[in-house]
Amino acid sequence: MVRLFGPLVGLFFAVALLWSFGNGAYSAITEPAAPTAEHEFHLHPKDVKFASDGVFGKYDKQQLQRGFQVYKEVCATCHSLKHVAFRDLANLGYSEGEVKAIAKQWGTKQPTFDEKSGERAERDNIASDYIPTVYYAGQGVPPDLSLIAKARHNGGAYVYSLLTGYQEQPAELLKKFPDSKTPDGLYYNPYFANLNLAMPAPIASDDQVAYSDGTKATVDQMSKDVSAFLMWTAEPKADKRKQTGWAVLGFLLAATVLAYLAKKNVWADKH
Amino acid sequence: MSFPWANEYKPAFGLTQWLDEKLPLPRFVYNAVGAGYPVPRNLNYMWNFGVLAGFCLVLQIVTGVILAMHYAPNALVAFDSTEHIMRDVNWGWMMRYAHANGASAFFVVVYLHIFRGFFYSSYKAPREMIWLLGVVIFLLMMATAFMGYVLPWGQMSFWGAKVITGLFGAIPVVGEPLQIWLLGGFAPDNAALNRFFSLHFLLPFVIAGVIILHIWALHIPGSSNPTGVEVKAESDTVPFHPYYTAKDGFGLGVFLLIYCAILFFAPNALGHPDNYIPANPLSTPAHIVPEWYFWPFYAILRAFTYDFFFIPAKLMGVLAMFGSILVWFFLPWLDTSPVRSGHYRPLFRKFFWFGLIPTMAILFYCGGAPAEEPFVMLSQLASLYYFAHFLIILPLVSSIEKPEPLPFSITEAVLGKDESAVLNANPAAA
Amino acid sequence: MAEQASIDTSAEAGEGVRRRDFINIAAVSFAGVGGAAVLFPLVSQMAPSADVLAQSSTEIDISAITPGQAIKAVFRKQPVFIRNLTPAEIAAADKVDASSLRDPQTLEERTKEGKTNWLITMGVCTHLGCVPLGAGEGEVKGEFGGYFCPCHGSHYDTAARIRKGPAPKNLEVPEYSFISDAVVKIG
Repeated sequence: MVRLFGPLVGLFFAVALLWSFGNGAYSAITEPAAPTAEHEFHLHPKDVKFASDGVFGKYDKQQLQRGFQVYKEVCATCHSLKHVAFRDLANLGYSEGEVKAIAKQWGTKQPTFDEKSGERAERDNIASDYIPTVYYAGQGVPPDLSLIAKARHNGGAYVYSLLTGYQEQPAELLKKFPDSKTPDGLYYNPYFANLNLAMPAPIASDDQVAYSDGTKATVDQMSKDVSAFLMWTAEPKADKRKQTGWAVLGFLLAATVLAYLAKKNVWADKH
Repeated sequence: MSFPWANEYKPAFGLTQWLDEKLPLPRFVYNAVGAGYPVPRNLNYMWNFGVLAGFCLVLQIVTGVILAMHYAPNALVAFDSTEHIMRDVNWGWMMRYAHANGASAFFVVVYLHIFRGFFYSSYKAPREMIWLLGVVIFLLMMATAFMGYVLPWGQMSFWGAKVITGLFGAIPVVGEPLQIWLLGGFAPDNAALNRFFSLHFLLPFVIAGVIILHIWALHIPGSSNPTGVEVKAESDTVPFHPYYTAKDGFGLGVFLLIYCAILFFAPNALGHPDNYIPANPLSTPAHIVPEWYFWPFYAILRAFTYDFFFIPAKLMGVLAMFGSILVWFFLPWLDTSPVRSGHYRPLFRKFFWFGLIPTMAILFYCGGAPAEEPFVMLSQLASLYYFAHFLIILPLVSSIEKPEPLPFSITEAVLGKDESAVLNANPAAA
Repeated sequence: MAEQASIDTSAEAGEGVRRRDFINIAAVSFAGVGGAAVLFPLVSQMAPSADVLAQSSTEIDISAITPGQAIKAVFRKQPVFIRNLTPAEIAAADKVDASSLRDPQTLEERTKEGKTNWLITMGVCTHLGCVPLGAGEGEVKGEFGGYFCPCHGSHYDTAARIRKGPAPKNLEVPEYSFISDAVVKIG
């Protein structure tokens, strides 16, 4: 039975697939897929190095602090970090007092709700609070940045490229795709998936942020620092993960060598 | 035990003696994976993956139970509770990465285990039942993995749930009500998330049960081996312990080295970035792909792009996707060659290495690629070969092929000579 | 020649056996150590997570509590009573001979120096963990003017000491300090 019906079923699927293949091939020749602006002008992230790259990489805390400063002074007006608590900033090297002060002075306050009176109000942030969500009137909620560096391929480089990638729409693009002109209120950026995004270049000029550690606050430097910071917010445990990894791999290597020798011993008389 | 020379369990202490009389658990273990189970002496490293798959199941259950202590199966907070595990729970990041990559490791091991079975025809009599149970385990694994991937409630979780339950919508007449019933709503939401969590917790224990049956069925004929020649005498076998426990121990070490290298140094390499974006029912990711271990079947699903007579393309795709696994159930009766091992089947071997393996590679690749040319056409050709291989080529090959001569016994294959073979051929020599 | 060889092998075998045993034992021990090491995170994950630990101390603004008033605050997910005692309540507490009590403590021992009017205690009855009444406005304060636990009828006095009923101890005074006159940090 199986030997009879098996080949029949096989033929059925095979013919159906040939049918799809033939039709697909025919339409691919007669009406080839039209090229799109996204397809031709979208760029992969720039090649940029971070201290945390690679299996030995570690976050540069000084850089993370600068990145946090850029986030606080530039990004935080619109973008929240709801998975990061103020207390987490202690891992960037801030003291308990500094963390408290950062929380207290944070621009977006914690919403409160009094169940008795039904009143909604605000209070200052405290260290155990998560960085509050920003509601941006008229535009909805801009994306939360906690995980942005993991939510994009090659996320750190992506953020850096996006921040430094704003430019005039190339004439070549307009010539080839006249319908793809960047709409009003959007900005052209080849590192963004559909080339036009609603956010104007946030880091526009040197010294937009005053660094206190003597680093020169160029647009490139600030973009890099905030990208590094967002890599940390996405994966705060990366340093500990790699450290644990080396200990585990070292142990496993020794154990595996021993297991190999033991296996050879056991099998010594059977080969 | 089916081999008369199997070692018999002898309790060494008063306590084990007592236990052996009341509940012979030590005897059971001894006969199942101890010195009481005679195994062919010539198993190669491809035979390590059964034990490794068992290890993966334990790993997934342990890490999964722990994650369930911290995870909240509610559409409002599921994503945040996953991040809570990653950031605040002690060692939570390690548990989650171990579980997520553990699923991948489980599938790698099981795929190797299955393809070992394809090459050495492990499905042939008298081992059909082991094979059938194995396919059931694989189907259960796929269901479990799919539902587990929904739990973090990221974009890929949500849209994966939507697309896969949408497959049931392709079934004529009952499809749509069935889909709504499965989801407990009109789109994936809290009801779906909660039932997926419940089933994701339950199914691994069902898998464990079927694995016990799988091993039970294995112990009736005993393990197959690379020559495909059945065990003839005691010299053909060695006791499972210490020979294969030692070998599996080494295999486990190598497996853990690779697994931990990924877990600790590239934990997101096998995942999709979009799943770090919270589920948004109003916006579909640019291209939806399931986890890598579903890619071949996803490629087959998408290969049907045109209605075939009165059968809609979508239904064809769903039939083919399920059919591509169901066909494995019939393998023992499709491949009728009396020779098991691919080592002694010249034609079969060619179709395996130059047909099935490249086809699977193409299907893997195309399933993860965007649905555009040339990937669609490639996956159509590969799917065609896939079905032809199992349903047409295997039955044909097994009737026209002339197998190479088999060794007399396992012992002869290993040592180059078997004294009992000489005895058999020339009794006078004794 | 053959004999010579066989003697050599047996000598080598003796040596080899010991080395082999050592390797096998080492391999099994490594597996044991690895298994034990894995237990550490498995156990540790059940301990309080970082967000729970971050709430192990609480700062509370007490500037709005007038004498005679009390508030219920939350400390480590449990109620804490903060009470601004009136001079009469302080006097009532001081009048009692501490040594005659079930859990002998004076009001001074239960408050900070110079801040005797601030009575800060856990709102958890020492009997079986119910929340006593008396901190909220209009709640029963019990026979001794402090707190009253309705579960099994424990009466606490104005220093939150157990005076009557089944509770074995006074209401617990958590660790706390005054950051300023207006803010107290508990924990």
